[in-house]
Amino acid sequence: MGRGTRGGGLGTRDSGFGPSAKSGPPRAGSRGGIRGVTLTAAAIFALLYLNHGAPGLQPRAHLAAQAPRPPARIVSLVPSATEMLFAMGAGPRVAAVSSYDRFPPEVERLPRVGALVDPDVERILSLRPDLVVAYASQTDLLAHLARANIPVYPYRHGSLAAITGGMRDLGARIGMAAEAGRAAADLERGLAGVRAAVAGRPRPRTLLVIGREPQSLRAISVSGGFGFLHDLLVVAGGDNVFGDVPRESLMVATETILAKRPDVILELHYSDRSSREAEAREREAWSLLPGVPAVRNGRIHLLYGGELVVPGPRVVLTARAFAQALHEVRPR
Amino acid sequence: MTDVRRRLAVSTAAFGGLACAAVLAAPLLGTTSISLRRVFDGSIPFADNVDAQIFFIARLPRALAGALVGATLAAAGVVFQALLRNPLATPFTLGVSAGSALGAMLAITFRLHLSLWGVSAVTAASFIGSIGAVAIVYALARARHRGFSTNILLLAGVTLNAFFSALILFVQYLADSAEALRTVRWLMGDLDVAGYGPLVAALPLCAAAFVAFAWLPRPLNLLSLDTDAAASRGVDVLRVQRVAFFSASMATGAAVSLGGPIGFIGIIVPHLVRLMVGSDHRVVLPASAMFGAAFLVAADVVARTAMAPVELPVGIITAIVGGPFFLWLLVRQR
Repeated sequence: MGRGTRGGGLGTRDSGFGPSAKSGPPRAGSRGGIRGVTLTAAAIFALLYLNHGAPGLQPRAHLAAQAPRPPARIVSLVPSATEMLFAMGAGPRVAAVSSYDRFPPEVERLPRVGALVDPDVERILSLRPDLVVAYASQTDLLAHLARANIPVYPYRHGSLAAITGGMRDLGARIGMAAEAGRAAADLERGLAGVRAAVAGRPRPRTLLVIGREPQSLRAISVSGGFGFLHDLLVVAGGDNVFGDVPRESLMVATETILAKRPDVILELHYSDRSSREAEAREREAWSLLPGVPAVRNGRIHLLYGGELVVPGPRVVLTARAFAQALHEVRPR
Repeated sequence: MTDVRRRLAVSTAAFGGLACAAVLAAPLLGTTSISLRRVFDGSIPFADNVDAQIFFIARLPRALAGALVGATLAAAGVVFQALLRNPLATPFTLGVSAGSALGAMLAITFRLHLSLWGVSAVTAASFIGSIGAVAIVYALARARHRGFSTNILLLAGVTLNAFFSALILFVQYLADSAEALRTVRWLMGDLDVAGYGPLVAALPLCAAAFVAFAWLPRPLNLLSLDTDAAASRGVDVLRVQRVAFFSASMATGAAVSLGGPIGFIGIIVPHLVRLMVGSDHRVVLPASAMFGAAFLVAADVVARTAMAPVELPVGIITAIVGGPFFLWLLVRQR
């Protein structure tokens, strides 16, 4: 049993693969030809290894010196990256996730190792990962991991294009470029379907609310013209009333909303759908602004779901929900 | 006496005029230009009159909230400075705002979804938090002391502030990123009350406090010098201290639950006013209230226009504008 298992065989030989283990954090932008070659070599090596088992490894040790082997124990501190890993079929390799991971259901069985502001370094080290996906801004954690010779994949959130780009890049990093490419292409097809479904329709001026004080119109946070939520709104055939503000999110006053006169208000709630009464009360809060066309015409849509906040493979669901709210179409 | 009356009349005219001008001008200023004629044009239905909506729904309640919060915090600052006989005292020194903030943090983090008479759960929870803080500080100040020890009051307040700050950080730590951001934003202060409900809820408490404040200036004049001397002149020291403590604390709690813990008003405005009108509380207290109202309304106009459509937290403006202005006046005087 111990001979062929990844946990027993490879785990004990970490230090033997010095070049890969000591290579430190990969550069976010380093991709392309060299990586392709090394990954192909890594894939060949992994196949040889799995076919012949650990004792037969010695004669092929030189291969390991040339190419990093695909990581087999991945710790992901980024929920969207976790979803990407599962979407490309690397779920079994995920060893631990962040405390905010909720999807897919398989993550419920995995150990939790903190999140953006409170990564549990000790726990991460004790899990002996061979790749840690962390936010690029977690510089302290990245430094700790570098000292422990644990490779990291620094992740950055960005636009909608960055989701598919990030998925392909992450797939290449773990030796699953083809699978990641297919998952990314699925995502792009889904988004193209939404685009096609709303093509040619008038684009309603939309206020995309990403947070406010419950049952009041205080501390209203909305999407600006940058980031995946804005991009999804564009895909779904909406015209963001704050699309000209080069920020991912901004707090706005009620005056500005009155002046912008949105035709539709899309309001995102990251929790599960609450009771019908609570939803009605939240909708009622907008009645303070009767002059806003969206309020007057009853075009306030409250969308619920954890996927709304995760820039991962499920953005297609969000785009479909936006399209349905804006145009009453059900893209497939 | 006549001198005080004259100064009171002059300062009321000057600061009252300033406050009225600020409240009247603020609804006319903003990033969207509105026509005053259209605002008051009764022939256009309100639902179709965007100018009237911007004026009456967005700007006017905001200016009134700024006036109420500014007046309350500035007056409470004067009272606390006299009560504690400490020029560095603010309305937040005794932990009222920290208690208020803790209440708000709990409501935001644990997503309390209750609303009563137009007052959201966050506003209600922050007011309850401030009452809790007042009760704790008062109980501590009275424990093992027959009188009303201002030293213990001060120590209890400072300690409670630190303790509540730790609890606030703990609650923020438990919050997820979206909630944590909202809690941080709440702490920066916000006067966009969106309607008159929160104003109406805060008004009775502030009004009651101002009734008490009207009775306070003369005893505070004596109390701010020395409690024994005040007692020898017939001042019921304990009663004055109690009235000052509860009225200023309740008013602060109401103001903070309405606009968040907007800093600097409670310390800068009283000192600025003292530099201009002297230190007699009969003049300083009403003048501070009026100047506080004008100052916060003006700061809020800057907050909503400086980086529009992005809304700046008004607490940042009060600190940025108030701090250097105060220092300039201080240097210029001496």
